[in-house]
Amino acid sequence: MRVSLLVFGMCCWVFWSAGAVNNNLLMANKPATKLSDYGLFEDSAARIPSAGLVRYELNNPLFTDYAQKIRYLYVPPASGAAIYQEQAVLDFPVGSVLIKTFAYPKTFEEPTKDVRFIETRLLVRKISGWKAYPYIWNEDQSEAILKVAGGRMQIPIIWREGRAGKIDYLIPNMNQCKGCHTNGNKEFTPIGPKVRNLNRLSHDGTLNQITMLQKAGYLREGPNDLTKIPKTPDPFDVSSGSLFERARAYLDGNCAHCHSPGHPADTSGLYLNYEEEREIHWGVDKPPVAAGRGAGGLSVDIEPGSPEQSILLYRMDSIDPGVMMPELGRSTIHKEGVELIRDFIQSLD
Amino acid sequence: MNYRRDKRKKVRDRVQITLVAVAATMIIVLNATTAVWAKSDFMIKPGPAAQEELQEALILVEPGQTIELSAGIFVLTDGLSLDVDNVTIKGQGMKESILSFKGQKGGSEGLLVTSDQVVLRDFAVEDTKGDAIKSKGVDGIAMINLRTEWTGGPKPTNGSYGLYPVQSTNVFIYGCVAIGASDAGIYVGQSEQIIVRDSRGEFNVAGLEIENSFYADVFNNVMTRNTGGLLVFDLPNLPKQGGHNVRFFDNKSFDNDTENFAPEGNIVGIVPRGTGMIIMANENVEVFNNEFYGNDTMNIAVASYVDDFEDDNYQPTPKKIHIHHNVFGKSGLDPDSGEFGTIIRETLGIPVPDIVWDGVLPLMSYFFLGQDDTESLAIHDNTHLEGVRPFGNANLIMQVLLPFLHKPKFDMTDYQKSYPPLPPVEVTIRGNPAMALVD
Repeated sequence: MRVSLLVFGMCCWVFWSAGAVNNNLLMANKPATKLSDYGLFEDSAARIPSAGLVRYELNNPLFTDYAQKIRYLYVPPASGAAIYQEQAVLDFPVGSVLIKTFAYPKTFEEPTKDVRFIETRLLVRKISGWKAYPYIWNEDQSEAILKVAGGRMQIPIIWREGRAGKIDYLIPNMNQCKGCHTNGNKEFTPIGPKVRNLNRLSHDGTLNQITMLQKAGYLREGPNDLTKIPKTPDPFDVSSGSLFERARAYLDGNCAHCHSPGHPADTSGLYLNYEEEREIHWGVDKPPVAAGRGAGGLSVDIEPGSPEQSILLYRMDSIDPGVMMPELGRSTIHKEGVELIRDFIQSLD
Repeated sequence: MNYRRDKRKKVRDRVQITLVAVAATMIIVLNATTAVWAKSDFMIKPGPAAQEELQEALILVEPGQTIELSAGIFVLTDGLSLDVDNVTIKGQGMKESILSFKGQKGGSEGLLVTSDQVVLRDFAVEDTKGDAIKSKGVDGIAMINLRTEWTGGPKPTNGSYGLYPVQSTNVFIYGCVAIGASDAGIYVGQSEQIIVRDSRGEFNVAGLEIENSFYADVFNNVMTRNTGGLLVFDLPNLPKQGGHNVRFFDNKSFDNDTENFAPEGNIVGIVPRGTGMIIMANENVEVFNNEFYGNDTMNIAVASYVDDFEDDNYQPTPKKIHIHHNVFGKSGLDPDSGEFGTIIRETLGIPVPDIVWDGVLPLMSYFFLGQDDTESLAIHDNTHLEGVRPFGNANLIMQVLLPFLHKPKFDMTDYQKSYPPLPPVEVTIRGNPAMALVD
């Protein structure tokens, strides 16, 4: 009996180590304790994706303390594809996994060298809905272990200009994950993978990501003509849209997961989703509701032409937990983001 | 053969003995566990691991279970959150079990509840960077014998709200104490079916505030030493607005004398130091059997929403405000020198009348029609001190438009009428009237 189990186990081991994704384990009620158990990567260091993983990027990613993010999508062969839809997050079938690794280079002077993985988050589409599991990388980068309760890590870093610093990195707990990843029906949901956010050149520069997903069989239907597909501008690529569009794209990517109707911060009436057209609701001359000292003595979220009189900018430009926005996921100021929004508010009249 | 049978028997016996022993041990362990865990499924103690242990318990807890906090000070660095229905978090008392967020690094509140039918009782949350205890979008939230406090006294750097249920239904707040909030100590916003009773607010900008909410009973509360004691507001451009059906009775709002320390930019910044109560832009508010005294600026103000707004669905004028059988003591002798207080002093004089109406109506109504009789203020059977005007209409529209023609009005004959009493509010938690959790 024992011997047969062992043999079975070894078979499994041989089988999984060949790079196949363990669909059953992904669908199990309980998450695996080690990331490598899922077979999502060929190596336990998760540098080489297994067959079926597609790397993707977003036009307007969330800023998280300058962390590098490596994203993959996996859809099991038998599950079918997500159906193209213009606005909402793509509805990937049961069995799908979104994999996002947060990483820092040893020094931002050489951002692609000595990249250290901090955390790999899985969003797994189970029969009961999406579940989130954070896996934390060990010191020697050989394994990532499930950590449900989250926590904080001090990450030493050298900035681009050579200055040494450290990042007070927050590993969100499951509830904090839910704090952002909730849709209007209080269901857990991915945030980023909307068609308009995915509509860009793939990481390896070979083809458009929408085409790439269609080719992989992960996405079907939708227009054949790429120009007919909506596209969120890249906030920091001046060629991708007007200042107004790029700023709204930035606010969408960094704020709208809470600040949009039906989402956690809708109590404020400030809606920063890209589609919001009512000026008062995206902040123009809008007084705060429950901002407290987060208002910084200012009376409206956006005062056109006056960035320094706008609460929106004040809260982006702070790292005080009682003031800063977003509330989670950063301990530093996104200087480029602050500059973009400053220019944007300055340009309004 | 025999030998074998013997051996097998021996093995069997041994196994049996072992099993019995294991079973016995298990029973002992189980008994011990039951003894320790008789009441609670999780017992959390203060210490360096408290943050992780408590948050882990808040994630792993199952519906119907209780998380117990032992006595002591829990030093926490990040906001806590609960997203499991029907859970109780219970401490050893609001002075005994203290969650201290003095060194908070992240999270905008101390404890966030996003699940239904949760009972929080007998603990304190201190010195959060943002709000202390918040529930968002839940059905059934009980806050019993809790304390929220900023321990450094009233400061604009304190968090906004102490107890903060928002977009919730069936809200029950009982026996709580809220101290030092830079907005409201007890704040219920965008909610319905609400009872706030037997609670106390001190040294907050607003002691207790009901905002953009429907069906609330607020009674037996004591509000003192705040900037303003009791507030009922309605604001524009929010997912839920049109606040109505709120009763305030058997409350005491007295000696409110703290300078307004709200950070600038917040609507409560308008509250003058020493206001017993403000009713702003609501419909059907009944205020009765309360006691108001020792309030520097005034006892009760009834006002329209003060700022410009862009919202076609918003109703800025208070309607059907019914104030009766209250007892008013000495107040209005030292109005606040801020904008609102100054205008009150200048238009109505000192002592400020017990019930102040700003007199603001939509211009058509103001100049031609007057407020409809079925919507205007109703005031009767209140007890006032001799020599104090019971009522004053500050007539602020005229004060702004044609100041030289401005005259306040003290005649209240138009308002000496009554509205039918509003029905009591019922709050149901875990299938029973909320008071079952206390009795």
